[in-house]
Amino acid sequence: MEAILSVRNLNFYYGDNRALKDINMDIYKNNVTAFIGPSGCGKSTFLRTLNRMNDFIENVKVEGSIIYEGKDIYSKEMEPVELRRRIGMVFQKPNPFPKTIYENIVYGLRKNGVNKKEILDEVVEKTLKAVALYDEVKDKIYKSALELSGGQQQRLCIARAIAMQPDVVLMDEPTSALDPISTMKIEELVLELKKDYTIIIVTHSMQQAARISDYTAFFLNGEVIEYDETSKIFSNPRDKRTEDYITGRFG
Amino acid sequence: MRRIEFEGKERMNRLEKIVKVILTILGLISIFTTIGIIFSLFEETLMFFKEVSIVEFLTGTKWTPLLEPTHFGVLPLVAGTMLIVVIAAFISIPIGLGSAIYLSEYAPKKVRKILKPVLEVLAGVPSIVYGYFALTAITPFIRNIFPETSVYNALSAGIAVGIMTIPLVSSMSEDAMMAVPDSLRNGAYALGATKLEVTKDVVIPTAMSSIVASFILAISRAIGETMIVAMAAGSTPKLTFNPLESIQTMTGYIVQISMGDVPYGSLAYKTLFAVGTLLFLMTFTLNVISRYFVRKYRRAY
Repeated sequence: MEAILSVRNLNFYYGDNRALKDINMDIYKNNVTAFIGPSGCGKSTFLRTLNRMNDFIENVKVEGSIIYEGKDIYSKEMEPVELRRRIGMVFQKPNPFPKTIYENIVYGLRKNGVNKKEILDEVVEKTLKAVALYDEVKDKIYKSALELSGGQQQRLCIARAIAMQPDVVLMDEPTSALDPISTMKIEELVLELKKDYTIIIVTHSMQQAARISDYTAFFLNGEVIEYDETSKIFSNPRDKRTEDYITGRFG
Repeated sequence: MRRIEFEGKERMNRLEKIVKVILTILGLISIFTTIGIIFSLFEETLMFFKEVSIVEFLTGTKWTPLLEPTHFGVLPLVAGTMLIVVIAAFISIPIGLGSAIYLSEYAPKKVRKILKPVLEVLAGVPSIVYGYFALTAITPFIRNIFPETSVYNALSAGIAVGIMTIPLVSSMSEDAMMAVPDSLRNGAYALGATKLEVTKDVVIPTAMSSIVASFILAISRAIGETMIVAMAAGSTPKLTFNPLESIQTMTGYIVQISMGDVPYGSLAYKTLFAVGTLLFLMTFTLNVISRYFVRKYRRAY
């Protein structure tokens, strides 16, 4: 199995608080990897180190390395802006820009010098179809994205991310603000998307992790307690703490 | 346990009623005094227009109410005000917006903590201080560069008015930009946008209505500003767009006449009200427009 991201001895500090402790992990290509664990365990923080979204927080420090395509993403040769083009992200709360649906999807492309109308039109249609939103919005792609429902907005945000043709899509609890039907649609979408992308998803729902992921990492107090194939984690956890968590004894 | 006797609800109800009555009266006082002022303004203005045609007032290009032959064309005063407003806007809008962007998007937390209150203190400086500053610092500076400049000139006063209205623009724009949710910024960053692009494409457009509202308020403030222009802009009603000349604004005229010895009830006295009404209508319209923009903004986020 080919690893697309290799994390080595990663430590992360908010001020003096060590939020991630010696994390080592290989993320495999074209798989869905889920991060689970109780609130404050560091799973979202870790996700955000993977595309350097933590750069915007003052007073943080990163140690260790994350190797992507042979380069450490925290090294000087790596431009964070370039990195985020290749490793896209979908957030907890749908965050479409107050622009049209069309402009939301092509925003990243325009910023990277793609302005040809035929290309943009094609990308809009393709990505909307890929996130199964095309039929619902095809008559209003020039209307404000804020008119869409929460679930539609989140699928639009996924469309916006994959319009950049990234290698990896990070999802930070993408369904936590959505109703069950919208959640189901996003989950189906994730399974569909893994053919073309590597997906890493943070989720507070163990059922969701079990349903859609190939690999699962269990986080606790900033440490990775256990990382393995999802089926093994849920049927036969090696660590007592993992077992306690997935059987609902805490968290 | 002993049964506790509570004082009846009646006392509460009585107090509630009294408070309500007092507050209603206070509210009515503020509304009625405002209506009263507007009413008396309009009444005297009507008296003025019985003697001078409204067409002459609005289209005439000479304003010599105190000198024979008298002319009552308000355009020179309006032009004077506009000249001040344009100069002030050229100062306050770019500097105010620039500092708002810096404070909201670029400044480290510590810097913002110090700078923001400083800017707000600037808003509390009395305008007479700015007027004095215009006269003693800005005017000599301008005259160094353009020696033919009048001692009293529109540029100096306009710059001072502009400086005075910077905090208005920066404070309101910064509040609007700070109110843009971080989730939107992150969304753009996650698509590979740079900081400048995030500011330009996401933060400013989202906060646009409030930013525009702050511009309008600053302009409205500049139109109404009196002390600085009375001190530094001169008292020569002149239809000119040369900022180096002495001019007179609507407010400047009102000050001059109010402090002079114009007989009560004379035509010259009534011009005060006509000019005052025009001034009121201009600032009132701008304030209404600015409120409209602010409300439009609230709808989106």
